[in-house]
Amino acid sequence: MDSLQHFFGGALGSVWHFAFAPFAEFAFMRRALVATLALSLSAAPLGVFLTLRRMSLFGDALSHAILPGVAVGFMLFGLSLTAMVVGGVIAGMLVAGIAGVISRATTLKEDASLAALYLLALAIGVTLVSSHGTQLDLLHILFGSALGVDTSGLLLVAAVASVSVVVLAATYRGLVLESFDPVFLSATTKRDGRCGPNWVWQQGFLMLVVVNLVAGFQTLGTLMAVGLMMLPAVSAKLWHDTLPAQLVNASAQALLAGYAGLLLSYNFDTPSGPTIIGCAGALYLASLLAAPGGWLVRVLAPRHRLA
Amino acid sequence: MITLDNLTVSYRQHPALHHITGHFASGSLTAVVGPNGSGKSTLLKSIMGLLPLAGGRLTVPETAGRIAYLPQVAEIERQFPITVRDCVCLGCWPLKRAWGGIDGAQLKRVDTALKEVGLQGFEHRPIGSLSSGQLQRVLFARLLVQNADLILLDEPFNSIDSKTTAALLGIIANWHEKKHTVVVVLHDDAQVRQYFPQTLLLAREMVAWGPTQEVMTPANLATARAMAEAWDDNAGLCDINAVTASSMQAAPTMSQPRPGL
Repeated sequence: MDSLQHFFGGALGSVWHFAFAPFAEFAFMRRALVATLALSLSAAPLGVFLTLRRMSLFGDALSHAILPGVAVGFMLFGLSLTAMVVGGVIAGMLVAGIAGVISRATTLKEDASLAALYLLALAIGVTLVSSHGTQLDLLHILFGSALGVDTSGLLLVAAVASVSVVVLAATYRGLVLESFDPVFLSATTKRDGRCGPNWVWQQGFLMLVVVNLVAGFQTLGTLMAVGLMMLPAVSAKLWHDTLPAQLVNASAQALLAGYAGLLLSYNFDTPSGPTIIGCAGALYLASLLAAPGGWLVRVLAPRHRLA
Repeated sequence: MITLDNLTVSYRQHPALHHITGHFASGSLTAVVGPNGSGKSTLLKSIMGLLPLAGGRLTVPETAGRIAYLPQVAEIERQFPITVRDCVCLGCWPLKRAWGGIDGAQLKRVDTALKEVGLQGFEHRPIGSLSSGQLQRVLFARLLVQNADLILLDEPFNSIDSKTTAALLGIIANWHEKKHTVVVVLHDDAQVRQYFPQTLLLAREMVAWGPTQEVMTPANLATARAMAEAWDDNAGLCDINAVTASSMQAAPTMSQPRPGL
């Protein structure tokens, strides 16, 4: 009896020690956890919409596009979160907005004009950073550190996540229609124009993507923020046929990846951002194998039905 | 009533529709026919306001406020994770927009529409699991829910089997009976002669517009077939306003709806 109690106490103790103690003991771990969870709720559903619109690589392009803004903020005000965030948002929105204008005014499609613009923005950003900062600063901007989130950073992430969840809910139907059948949307709005043209929905959505990427840049880094947005979204598509289910699944996978990634990064002393994305990648691999849309189902499929 | 006055629409300076004048009377059922590249789809798109006009005028009265449009190749994301029923529910969009709630009466109309196109039992199927013909029937159900005053259909029977085509022609006849204005782009001459009282024959320019048996004559069809499909890069510039004056006089006789329809 004694040994049994000891065994359970010991097992539970080590689970506690591994999975919960880091968050109970250290405030920086709690802040990192809350920031990652908040990002999971807002960024992952946006990623699902990006994949639906065949814009899976837009997130990556936009994350590069915010770099010159962050760099300008850093140059003018030093390592001030507010300055870098405002700069990043402005740069990202400019690039997304100009790409939208170009696609409406010329024969170029939006992805082509965005590809041209983000490369320009990246070149400007790298030039700015390398002429005014050290290599270390560039690494910090690109790869961030969840363990370095302070209270103001946490507030920023929480605010962005709250706003984008609310905005996504309010524009959900229009966004679904614009992604699913844009001609129907423009045909029903063109002659009375009550709900605004298609590009309003598209641009509003891209702005949400931009603020989420910027909010993620301190927690995960600009490049890693895309991972939390896209990896769970891509995996979620393998699991469900309906959009609401995909959205919930993507958020759930992002939450799981965020929690597991922080723990692993704490216990094994690895960088937090890449570890979180690595966990999301592991979930992706598992989905590729085990999800209804994945590989195993095809191999092990039962015989077909009569009708 | 939709009035076209010397309507001209061009792509890269080459006219796709040239000097079209006439009108679609309200409550009329018109087939638009003509060879490939004769401007049929362009006509529907410009009525929808989806294309800029190169010249002329197009009057779509405010009272005809609600227009439904079924494009030739729907630019629909076929793999989108949406169910058949939700897709048909989008027919309520012009009424409910982004925030309006869909009530029980509307859901009932959605189910009736699905039954009318023979898709009961498909409600919860994802769009991606349908065949092209079945998807076209879903889009017809959405048109039924939309219940617009003016309905424009661009080759609606492509990839649809004969049984369903008959059912959909029945729906179109029903719209006509209820005084909706319907314009349909078609390629099947026999279908046009049998079901459509009015016909507009296009060959980039208007060949004939009026009662079907007066339009679908061997002479008119031969004129339409003789249309040069290729662009003439050396063609001079067209003076639209000079043509307006002359076509204004010729137009009314061509666009008179047959009495009693």
